[in-house]
Amino acid sequence: MSMPYYVAPEQVMKDRAEYAQKGIARGRSLVATTYDLGIAIVAENPSRSLHKISEIYDRIAFGGVGKYNEYDQLRVAGVRHADTKGYAYSREDVDARSLANLYAQYLGNVFTHEMKPLEVEILVAELGSDGRPDQLYHIAYEGTITDEERFAVLGGDAETITERVAAAWQADWDLSTALKAARAALSGPDRVLEHGALEVATLSRGNGRVEGRRTFRRIADEELALLLA
Amino acid sequence: MALPLFPPESDPGPDFVGLLRQSDGRALSAPAPGGGPGAGPTSPHATTVVALRFADGVIMAGDRRATMGNIIAHRAMEKVFPADRYSAVAIAGSAGMAVEMVRLFQVQLEHYEKVEGTTLSLEGKANQLAQMVRQNLGMAMQGFVVVPLFAGFDTARGIGRIFSYDATGGHYEDTDFQATGSGGRDARSTIKLGYRESMSRDEAVDLAIQSLYEAADEDSATGGPDLVRGIYPLIAVVDAEGYRLVPEEEVAERFGALAARIRSERAQ
Repeated sequence: MSMPYYVAPEQVMKDRAEYAQKGIARGRSLVATTYDLGIAIVAENPSRSLHKISEIYDRIAFGGVGKYNEYDQLRVAGVRHADTKGYAYSREDVDARSLANLYAQYLGNVFTHEMKPLEVEILVAELGSDGRPDQLYHIAYEGTITDEERFAVLGGDAETITERVAAAWQADWDLSTALKAARAALSGPDRVLEHGALEVATLSRGNGRVEGRRTFRRIADEELALLLA
Repeated sequence: MALPLFPPESDPGPDFVGLLRQSDGRALSAPAPGGGPGAGPTSPHATTVVALRFADGVIMAGDRRATMGNIIAHRAMEKVFPADRYSAVAIAGSAGMAVEMVRLFQVQLEHYEKVEGTTLSLEGKANQLAQMVRQNLGMAMQGFVVVPLFAGFDTARGIGRIFSYDATGGHYEDTDFQATGSGGRDARSTIKLGYRESMSRDEAVDLAIQSLYEAADEDSATGGPDLVRGIYPLIAVVDAEGYRLVPEEEVAERFGALAARIRSERAQ
């Protein structure tokens, strides 16, 4: 029997972090920002069916970047958590903060105890109501959770994209302006992303749906082209 | 509460009831068997509900009375609910069971939609409801029967469709109209006499109102319009634009017109 080599814990963590970061950097990024009527989430995603942005509950949306199968599993777990909680208690009792904490705990646990960390970053967004502000929780692969006030950027090139969004960001801008800025930030100086390469969804107050409580809405194709024109 | 993650072999998929069963079971508690046959009258019962097709979709309506034996348990109970954007469910039978079944059904449809990223077909929804009715069979044997009506707009075919159920979960598609509950027979006869194919929305709403009026006239467990408290039947329209309720003022106005017509016909 061969003796396992001793590896310092610092080295183990560093290796895992590097591994996860590399995995996330391979994927494309996502921007979420508040605007005058709610929260807009924009992701670079050429697929029409494999979504990065999804509905969790009435006022809660999910965004994921990195490895699709890993963040999609987390998305489904989020829907299950929210629906079970809303059914057992009441729809008002479902909130983003507790879900974000669960994600953070799970990601942190996997990062320290499992062989392979999850190569994902997660966004949990909640539309504010009755004086409660909009909330954006950004959860990193190792379980770090940050509460962003104005906007959040997830993905490989987050630092540069964050700089670009920060430079353009205005309080209470309208949807069209916010989407254009998000597109410019995701595109960078060398290219312009067409509307077909973007996945966009909003959580908005007064979105005109028949069942008024569900605020999540995807914006696709023609409508998106109009907003970006 | 931990994050509900499952190993692939026991993943409940988009099934919310399955998920509840695998979680801690707290939320899905059924009362222990007992009580025996005839336990029914000790708990509130919901009565007459009707559904009929019109040119653009379906109308669903229900009276507002719940009874407990010979006592009126509730005067303003709601028996017509949106199941999701394009379908409605109405209930007759043991009120507590029925309202809970509707709540579970609503969550199930939304849960499926969110997990799968697509909505169930109208027939899929009708089958789901049948399974829930069947799961209640044990309670039905003890007198807590739930008999729903399900109707919706089939977005794939562009027509309204109606499904009725029996206590064993059997479900049958009805071509034009259906009614269930204690006053269901009278309501059905009324609709049968007044029904025409491709009625307009207004004609269909009037016919639904008349059917509930006639049912309340013959059946003590069905509530008529309550002019003193201003309580009128709930009437929902489901068409290509989705589910919406007919405003209460409009229902009151149409009841007024119906009463005036009946008075003038009797005077002749």
